[in-house]
Amino acid sequence: MATQGRSFLQVAATEEAAPLLRVVQIEGLVILKIIKHCQEFSPALVTGQLLGLDVGSVLEVTNCFPFPIREEDEEIEAEGANYQLEMMRCLREVNVDNNTVGWYQSTLFGSFQTVELIETFMNYQENIRRCVCIVYDPSRSNQGVLALKALKLADSFMDLYKNNNFTGEKLREKNLSWVDIFEEIPIKVSNSALISAFMTELETDTPVKQCGYDRLQLSTNPFLERNMEFLIECMDDLSMEQQKFQFYYRNLSRQQAQQQAWLQKRRTENMSRKAAGEEPLPEEDPSNPVFKPIPEPSRLDSFLITNQISNYCNQINGNLSRQQAQQQAWLQKRRTENMSRKAAGEEPLPEEDPSNPVFKPIPEPSRLDSFLITNQISNYCNQINGVAGQSFSRLYLMKALHED
Amino acid sequence: MASSGQTVLQFSSSSTSVSARVHPLVIFNICDFYVRRADQAERVIGTLLGSVLPDGTVDIRNSYAVPHNESSDQVALDIDYHHNMLLSHQKVNPKEVIVGWFSTGFGVTGGSALIHEFYAREVSNPVHLTVDTGFKNGEAAIKGFVSINLSLGDQQLAAQFQEIPLDLRMVEAERVGFDVLKPTTVDKIPNDLEGMEASMERLLALIDDVYKYVDDVVGVLLQIMTSANFYQTL
Repeated sequence: MATQGRSFLQVAATEEAAPLLRVVQIEGLVILKIIKHCQEFSPALVTGQLLGLDVGSVLEVTNCFPFPIREEDEEIEAEGANYQLEMMRCLREVNVDNNTVGWYQSTLFGSFQTVELIETFMNYQENIRRCVCIVYDPSRSNQGVLALKALKLADSFMDLYKNNNFTGEKLREKNLSWVDIFEEIPIKVSNSALISAFMTELETDTPVKQCGYDRLQLSTNPFLERNMEFLIECMDDLSMEQQKFQFYYRNLSRQQAQQQAWLQKRRTENMSRKAAGEEPLPEEDPSNPVFKPIPEPSRLDSFLITNQISNYCNQINGNLSRQQAQQQAWLQKRRTENMSRKAAGEEPLPEEDPSNPVFKPIPEPSRLDSFLITNQISNYCNQINGVAGQSFSRLYLMKALHED
Repeated sequence: MASSGQTVLQFSSSSTSVSARVHPLVIFNICDFYVRRADQAERVIGTLLGSVLPDGTVDIRNSYAVPHNESSDQVALDIDYHHNMLLSHQKVNPKEVIVGWFSTGFGVTGGSALIHEFYAREVSNPVHLTVDTGFKNGEAAIKGFVSINLSLGDQQLAAQFQEIPLDLRMVEAERVGFDVLKPTTVDKIPNDLEGMEASMERLLALIDDVYKYVDDVVGVLLQIMTSANFYQTL
């Protein structure tokens, strides 16, 4: 009996590894609804809920409903939850999939990479195993391309965020850089056969529509200008963040120097006391303000370019290796002391001293903001690239037409 | 039936030069609800939301299905559901109000009159949209109706469903995505350059067509001229 397959208990106990999410399949209906909702309220940013099914490596999104614009008010929170429950209940009655698979939001020129996004992801992830965020950019769609993106938070990043652990060492360990925060998933669009038949019948006769002409216009200045504006703002935030870090490190090194000085003084005192035959003083003094830990600057505000991240990494590297060197030096001193004490017949001192501030780990500023900024900037650069590519194509077209 | 004078069956003049504009989202919604309907239901009925434009056209922008029970002589509509959904939708978009109702299936049935009456209590002059999901005549028929009162002299006889012209409109952004909405599956959403390529190809095709047409016209004109010369020389 035992050889006939596994018992029910065994099967229930083995967890199936979740297959990787490869593609998000959206229905045309959902796309239309998202476009309509975001366009109606543009430039205000709106959100909504996605409903669908999670099937293997495909996440199907079959319906969605919008959220009302929320005021900043305590009681509206409950109303929002009520609205959601009401909508889900009503939709279930007409056989719509009652399963939340994520949410959608509109954005302006691609500036959606904020901490709120990460936090919303974490909130959703607690209840749903796999969720996506669909980001729609109405400003880019006016340029003639359907700007729809499906995002997911990378798993490795999620673990790090949960532990709120953004030190350089951890990040290096996981080989995580700013590209690894969000994962973009390819979108596939599907339509039921019925609606496909309808649309084919109802298609307008003109083969080229006005938006097609718009796309071929040579001037893209306004869009490009806005993009550059956002980019410049981002760079400003970047330099501010940089300054914060510099300030922190300057303080830190100053404190280190003070600690060293104090330690030296203590040691010489101890030497003299030993020579005088007195009890040596302890080598740390937590009440001394020199040893008070300096709080590091608060994080999660803005972004960084990859170059500047490596800059920070180099600084951290220097700092870390400096701290390691300090630890080594302290250890050496302890060892020589122990030798002398053994020679004198005394108890050797322990070779570790966790209370010694030299060994106190320096809390590092989190990299999260830097990563987010970098993501943002690369987004803008990609958009600019796309637009520039279009401009070139149009110029070539003009040239070709003239030559004919 | 002999009455004194000659009374003519009067159709009240179409102050309903009403026409309606339908957004494709409504069609998508209706088809989706039809595909998901309960097994025993033959058709789907629901509410249309939108607004009335200042020039009288009805702009139909959104819709939702309402569960109903239909038997040969009775129609029961879940009114509570209808009101709940209306409230929920209005929380998001307070400007969208009821403008009528839809049903799938070809033409108008007996039960429709009752439902139309119900909706007439909610809004004045509701628009009734029928979407023929059965492709009865081999084509996709979307028709809109309003109810006209038939009166004989002073007496109200009946109400008639009169067809109104419909206009299927698409917002700019929706038109951009139209290629994505037409086929049954699209493997990926085209990005900037691919979209450019597509519109350039279309423009090229259009230019070719126009070129050929002009050539043809010029050719014909030349022919016409030669025949005129011929007649002149006669």
